[in-house]
Amino acid sequence: MKRFQLLVLGALVAAAAACGGSKPETAPTPVAAGPDTSGQAAERARQDSLERARQDAARRAAEEADRIAKQRAADSLAAIGRGSEAVRTLFATLIHFDFDKANIHADDAAILDQKVGIMQANSQVTISITGNCDERGSDEYNLALGNRRAVSAKQYMTSHGIDAGRIATASNGKEKPIDSGHNEAAWAKNRNDQFDIVAGGDVLKQP
Amino acid sequence: MRRAAPLPLVLVALALGPAARPAAAQDTTRIDRGVRIGIIYRPGVRPGLVVLPVAAAVPDSVRAIIARDLDYSDRFELITLPGGDSIRLAAPAAPTASAAPASGATAASAGGRTGTKPTSGAAAALGLNYPLYQALGADFAVALAPTKADSTIVTVHDVAAGGVRREFRVHLPPATAPSFRMAVHRVADRILDAALGAAGTAASRVLFVMDGKVYAIDQDGAELLLVSASEHTALSPAWAPDGRHFAYMEFWQGRGRLFIEDLTTAKRSAVAVVGQALDFTPAFSPDAKTLAFSRANEEGTDIYTVNVKDGCCLQRLTVGRFADNLSPVYSPDGQRIAFVSTRAGAPQIYIMAADGTDQQLFAPFDYGVTGASYAPDWSPDGQSVAFHRDVGGTYQVFVLDVRTRAVRQLTSVGRNEDPTWAPDSRHMAFVSDRSGVRQLWIVDVETGRIRALETQGGARLPAWSPRLAETTTSTP
Repeated sequence: MKRFQLLVLGALVAAAAACGGSKPETAPTPVAAGPDTSGQAAERARQDSLERARQDAARRAAEEADRIAKQRAADSLAAIGRGSEAVRTLFATLIHFDFDKANIHADDAAILDQKVGIMQANSQVTISITGNCDERGSDEYNLALGNRRAVSAKQYMTSHGIDAGRIATASNGKEKPIDSGHNEAAWAKNRNDQFDIVAGGDVLKQP
Repeated sequence: MRRAAPLPLVLVALALGPAARPAAAQDTTRIDRGVRIGIIYRPGVRPGLVVLPVAAAVPDSVRAIIARDLDYSDRFELITLPGGDSIRLAAPAAPTASAAPASGATAASAGGRTGTKPTSGAAAALGLNYPLYQALGADFAVALAPTKADSTIVTVHDVAAGGVRREFRVHLPPATAPSFRMAVHRVADRILDAALGAAGTAASRVLFVMDGKVYAIDQDGAELLLVSASEHTALSPAWAPDGRHFAYMEFWQGRGRLFIEDLTTAKRSAVAVVGQALDFTPAFSPDAKTLAFSRANEEGTDIYTVNVKDGCCLQRLTVGRFADNLSPVYSPDGQRIAFVSTRAGAPQIYIMAADGTDQQLFAPFDYGVTGASYAPDWSPDGQSVAFHRDVGGTYQVFVLDVRTRAVRQLTSVGRNEDPTWAPDSRHMAFVSDRSGVRQLWIVDVETGRIRALETQGGARLPAWSPRLAETTTSTP
């Protein structure tokens, strides 16, 4: 390509030198143009095919880039989804209580801290906390006890900076045990707060 | 055991009959007198009562229902006739007994009742052998006689006085009618009133919760009916004073909604309360205008009232802050409310004026010693409040004397909770697992006698109706 440009330049310089001489010498120019013209057409055809090849390559490259970009987007969406699921699972961790008590255990405070972090990282999320009781307590009193368990978790989270308007509370009393057994192991499981994301939980960021 | 006891004793009495009661001698001569034991039968402090076998025209179930109701009243010693019901009832001296009741009883029933006059009117016609029944230990004998007019003459004999205590005519619906059993229960209550002047509980029902649904059952354990079915778990049924409506709570996503249902139509309406919260344990005021209930929200649980007559005027009665207040129940005069409060730590029974003022401890307790107390229910006579209390990790039913504030323990076997008074303020239904499953039992507070109301496991939160008058008992 570069060499071809130099040849053209050389020819032009030679033609200019010839023009500087006598006029009759201008006649051979068309003659010289004959073989010159046929050479240019070939060059042009060659150039065109090269250009087409170049465009094809560019198109393929663009397509490839597009495909890669799409793949990356899909991969990253999947990654985000996996992250959301992990965060959601983390968020659903129960906290537990002693019999007829609604105070937060020291080791459950760490679980609540995690939830606070998740809510801070995902400011669109609203949740509900539902308190549950074991079967031993009085039926009706347990509704109040479950409520107090939910409220104490909410108080912990609001005191750690979460807006109270983002947390609703509810109580199941002893009506919805997760373990139907009648022993201390089952009762311990059933004395809990459950955490449900009410809205804004489609995509969750890691805290 | 209890049922079996009277029979051998009665036989002893029969053997001694001639010596103790010379007048009865000729009536007992046919009974073997070979055994003589030196005990005279008196069936405790309760008067004996026998429900006489009836002619075929009155369905035997009427007699059976009435006999059971009178037994369940725990005010009589029911006398079982020796040899079952096949014993001859009429004395040989009264050959017209089988023909007489229709005319004689109808005439007597016109006045509604007769005095206790020996051998007067229908009693003479029936030819009741008073000395025989006296020898059997009966103080009262109840006769049921059909009439041509499709009604039944009920005669309550005062055996000791040797005459008719009262006689009345009842019209019973056909045995297939939904109102049949309650009509028979009402007869039993009239018999109790005739014999002892006491108001019974036969014509009453108990609401309770099973599998998240509200059921009704007659006090004798018959006529179990599902009265509220929805996909939401129901809790805490509470009767309106009319015996026709009841309030209850349903779970809606961790919230509690209150409803009032009409038993006769099965239609219900939501109680108009402001705001979304967990509302539970409804309780009608005696004038039926106000519903008190517990509301759990982020401030804890407190007691509110709402005017259910006009659907307005939510009012807050307690401000718990760091304590819960719940389970309100009105005194029968509507002036006071007993409730549960955790203001001293563990839940205990408190009392306040119906407007929320003058809140104070009701059932005394030793701080740190007495177990937590729950679920008060005020007796219809106003004298007692029943509740359940933690005793050694399980629950027992206690009764608080309102005047003296003395507390006594009523149960001791198994776990017993959620007592509800019968309209006679003497019986009480409660939940117990003494049989191995949680089911409803009835105790007579005066004698301590206990019977199972129903035998299905999982029944709880019973609520005993007021006495059910004629117009309020049609089945839904």
